[in-house]
Amino acid sequence: MEKIDKTDKMTVPGGRYSPASLFSGFIKKISKAHKTYGVEWWIMIAGIAIVLFMIFMAFFPYLLAPFGPENQSTGPQLAAPSAAHPFGTDNLQRDVLSRVIYGSRTILGVAFAAAFLSSIIGIPLGLISGYAGGIFDRILSLIMDSIYSFPGLILAIAFAAMLGPGVINITLAVSVIYIPTYFRLVRGQVLTLKEELYVEAARSIGAGDSSILFKYIFPNVIATVAIVFSLNIADAIMTEAALSYIGLGLPAGIPDWGMDISIGKSFLPSGVWWMITFPGLAIILLALGFTMLGEGLSEILNPRLLEK
Amino acid sequence: MKGLLRYAITRILLTIPMLFILLTIVFLVLRVMPGDPVSAMLGAHAPEKVIEQKKEELGLNKPIIVQYVNYLGQLARFDLGNSMVLKQRVSKPILEKLPATIELTLWGLFFTLLIGIPLGAYAANKRRTGRDFTIRLYGNIAYCIPVYWMGLMLQLIFGVWLKWLPVSGRTNPRMLSSAFSKTGFYLIDTLLAGNIRAFGDVAVHLLLPSLTLGIVLSGIFVRLTRANMLDVLKSDYILAARARGVSEKLVVYKHGLKNAFIPILTMLGLQFAMLLAGAVLTETTFSWPGMGRLLMERIYLRDYPTVQGVIVVFALMVSVISLLVDLLYAAIDPRVKY
Repeated sequence: MEKIDKTDKMTVPGGRYSPASLFSGFIKKISKAHKTYGVEWWIMIAGIAIVLFMIFMAFFPYLLAPFGPENQSTGPQLAAPSAAHPFGTDNLQRDVLSRVIYGSRTILGVAFAAAFLSSIIGIPLGLISGYAGGIFDRILSLIMDSIYSFPGLILAIAFAAMLGPGVINITLAVSVIYIPTYFRLVRGQVLTLKEELYVEAARSIGAGDSSILFKYIFPNVIATVAIVFSLNIADAIMTEAALSYIGLGLPAGIPDWGMDISIGKSFLPSGVWWMITFPGLAIILLALGFTMLGEGLSEILNPRLLEK
Repeated sequence: MKGLLRYAITRILLTIPMLFILLTIVFLVLRVMPGDPVSAMLGAHAPEKVIEQKKEELGLNKPIIVQYVNYLGQLARFDLGNSMVLKQRVSKPILEKLPATIELTLWGLFFTLLIGIPLGAYAANKRRTGRDFTIRLYGNIAYCIPVYWMGLMLQLIFGVWLKWLPVSGRTNPRMLSSAFSKTGFYLIDTLLAGNIRAFGDVAVHLLLPSLTLGIVLSGIFVRLTRANMLDVLKSDYILAARARGVSEKLVVYKHGLKNAFIPILTMLGLQFAMLLAGAVLTETTFSWPGMGRLLMERIYLRDYPTVQGVIVVFALMVSVISLLVDLLYAAIDPRVKY
């Protein structure tokens, strides 16, 4: 038995994969890609630039923000954008620019955590369900398809309403609705991959189910998961912002783009445009960054799409 | 035809487990999760006895499995129960608000298709040119715009700055309500009443909310149409049409678009769910008296039976639409055989 395991590692293509080699191969493929893929490459680079900038903003807001997010003595109330307050001030004399900068923490944190949570539940379920097949797979797929077909935001609203406001609760509400995304994706891939010749080869030399699943099939799913993870974060950002816009997200006191828009809404009739415009643009930019990153990756890692 | 009928029956039978699962999820979310609706409604300081009494009244003191069976039994009789806060049936406000949401959703869909499909087809035709990339960028940006933010921006431009269009509600409050009492679909009601002024008023109120939905959701349709058109434009019959000397415009926009439409239609079921979610946010933004606003109002009032009822109706709508889309698809595409 031990002998077989050894050959398994040395000669079968699936055995080559280690997380480190996989990652460096991934990076190599992407960095070589700019020669072949003109515009797609630049779309992805722009996406990466936006995402990195926003992450920097989330980690070091105090380096960029002129004021604290809750500082209520920054200047006049509801002042239009000026040199002192590039994004203006809000009804409580807070600096809108500083609130936008600090708000990136909340939304990025929640979106990342939610996407991570749904992926660590959705991916294993998809792997096992697709590989095992049978009645278990049928039932699980039906459940996942049903959730997938339901408007995600409405489900998240129901969850958030029952759980009450809070950073952890909103993360849970957002993550639940994206589990089927990962499940469906991974399951679909496993269904094709498990018929591949190299899987049959692995089985013929005595590799067990769990070894086939995690050493031979899973590494081939990672690229697609990376694409979807990036697109999923964009969606999670939109959902988080929507939940806090309708007042189901966060307790007061945490700077948040969606909540700031809903506060600004009451001042819109008097022409105060800056309180909603800038947080909204920030949401669009952040979601766009992750979408562009995901799309660029998908064109490069999934070259069939380029034929189009 | 016989095959189609068999497919229709299978598909209808498949809707039942899907609906059953959705209803179970709604039940799990609203009843089993931590947080007890009665204490939440009456406040933490309510006497134990009052809470028990209210629970008894609503059947919430029974074992969870009994509650579940009762819930399904009620739904099977098309009964959504009673409101916990107001003395009314849950179905009453829902039936009142449903037409408003459907009206908004349908016009939103209209604008979505009006913007998305021509742009997508044009981009596919001008593949890999500057115009194609511009349209794709528009599609990506539109997809990332929060629908409520789009609504507020349109309110700002057309309502606050230009003062051209109203920014909230379905009608001017001074309009006589007698013109809107038949179907609840105000455009139809006002036409039936022959009241052209009221019809104009309703149309003007409908414009900004549905345009908001249309712009935001057109992003997905630009992408969908473009991808499907590219597939279609590669096919042999397009080449054949070109070889016969059919003009380029006719080839792309008649032969091409017609065939690209079928896969777009299949996606319509899923997009409809997004449209409903978008409608909830649009309604809150435009004070549109529909299901979304009802849902939010009742969440704040902690009226759980009504919240549950609204979500159940959404689940029904989604199941029925996806059923209809699949049936339509099977009917128009002879290649679908089951």
